[in-house]
Amino acid sequence: MTRPRIGWAVALLAILAAWQAWVRLRDVPDYLLPAPTDILAALRDDRGRLASDAAQTAWEMLAGFAAALAFGLASAAALHFSATLRRAVYPLLVASQSVPVVAIAPVLVIYLGFGLAPKVAIVALVCFFPVTVNALDGLRSVDPEYLRVMRTLRGSRLSTFRRVELPWALPAAFSGARVAASYAAVAALFAEYAGGSSGLGETMQTATAQLDAPLVGAAVVVLAALALALFAAVSLVERLTIPWARRAA
Amino acid sequence: MHAVSEIVVADAAKAYGDVAVLGGVSLEVPSGGTVGLVGRSGCGKSTLLRLIAGLEAPDRGRIAVAGAEDEAGRLASCALMPQADLLMPWRDALGNASVPLENAGVGRREARARAAELFAELGLAGFEEARSWELSGGMRQRVAFARTLLAEKPVLLLDEPFGALDAITRIEMQEWLAGALAALPRTAVLVTHDIDEALRLCDRVVVLTARPGRVACELDGAGPAEPAREQAVEALR
Repeated sequence: MTRPRIGWAVALLAILAAWQAWVRLRDVPDYLLPAPTDILAALRDDRGRLASDAAQTAWEMLAGFAAALAFGLASAAALHFSATLRRAVYPLLVASQSVPVVAIAPVLVIYLGFGLAPKVAIVALVCFFPVTVNALDGLRSVDPEYLRVMRTLRGSRLSTFRRVELPWALPAAFSGARVAASYAAVAALFAEYAGGSSGLGETMQTATAQLDAPLVGAAVVVLAALALALFAAVSLVERLTIPWARRAA
Repeated sequence: MHAVSEIVVADAAKAYGDVAVLGGVSLEVPSGGTVGLVGRSGCGKSTLLRLIAGLEAPDRGRIAVAGAEDEAGRLASCALMPQADLLMPWRDALGNASVPLENAGVGRREARARAAELFAELGLAGFEEARSWELSGGMRQRVAFARTLLAEKPVLLLDEPFGALDAITRIEMQEWLAGALAALPRTAVLVTHDIDEALRLCDRVVVLTARPGRVACELDGAGPAEPAREQAVEALR
């Protein structure tokens, strides 16, 4: 058990060491490729700015992710209950995913202003799809034998949904939530690029313009940490809410 | 002995697409009686059970359970126990058994209390909080049977309840079920491909022919076993 856990840390250290050596030995200018130690220095020197940026971006990620969960699960349930709705809306939902976020983000900024709202909306838009599709798949994959037996056990449509379909779909819904969690950080970044006055994306944009590559690197590190934290949080909630899923499988 | 027939099946037939599964079956089950349905795999035993349960409608013929001929009416009187236990891993054993009570609007706490009483009667005491993966195949079937009983329907439809169990557990469970049905009498239809099991557990055994299933012969479960067994084997040939 301990070996693979150490494994990734060793690999990471090896990559960082090689990177550091390359930059120092070849004398690569830091605006082209900052050394890991330069990024570390930027993390330290700009910690105040990065911390407030991280708080801003984390808030956008969380609010957007939460909205995506709420809307995603609600639409999955609605699409599950109504075949008509499913036939009408599902293809549109799939098609909507081919619209690039980069294209609609500026439009949302025009509609919703430069505040928090367009960022949350963009994160929610990106995260909504995996949640909906996975939850719906989960709901539709219930063994029909369970549904038949529930009918003979006094199960109404609603009680069957509550006692069989919903718990059955939870593992799939959590898979969707984990995918969504991993999208949330990049989505928040897009949103801030499209029109933000604060946040990690905005800092990356200005730092790039000023050729301050160490600060860009530092912002990337912080963003990655946020993404990992959200992913880990979802995985933790999953383990706590559906401990049976791993045992029963 | 029993004047009233709880279940009446008259010339029921069912086909799925081009495949005729049941070819006109007639049988009656008296109130409180236990009838076994025996036949080869695919002869329509489980289909007949689903038709009786009101989960499906026959293409032809008439089926009445407790006087009701429509699907909803039959469904109101029947509880089905399938071969696979179909326990829910997100509930413990007691929670699984209390599902039908909760479905009927009984509060969780009271439903669990009532299921617990039954657990004691069915030899499940001590396993109340066990999860399905912690139970043996036989214990899972007992929980599934408790759940079926707690639907509180007059008719039990048992679809090869011991089909997935090993031979020794199977014999244990047959004795156990005989005891449970004696203690908590219900009208029951037991589907099995095991003639001995049917003769051991049922008052009467209906042998179905190969697909499309028809009644080949009816045997008296209370009579001497060996002639009945031979008669069934002959009918299945």
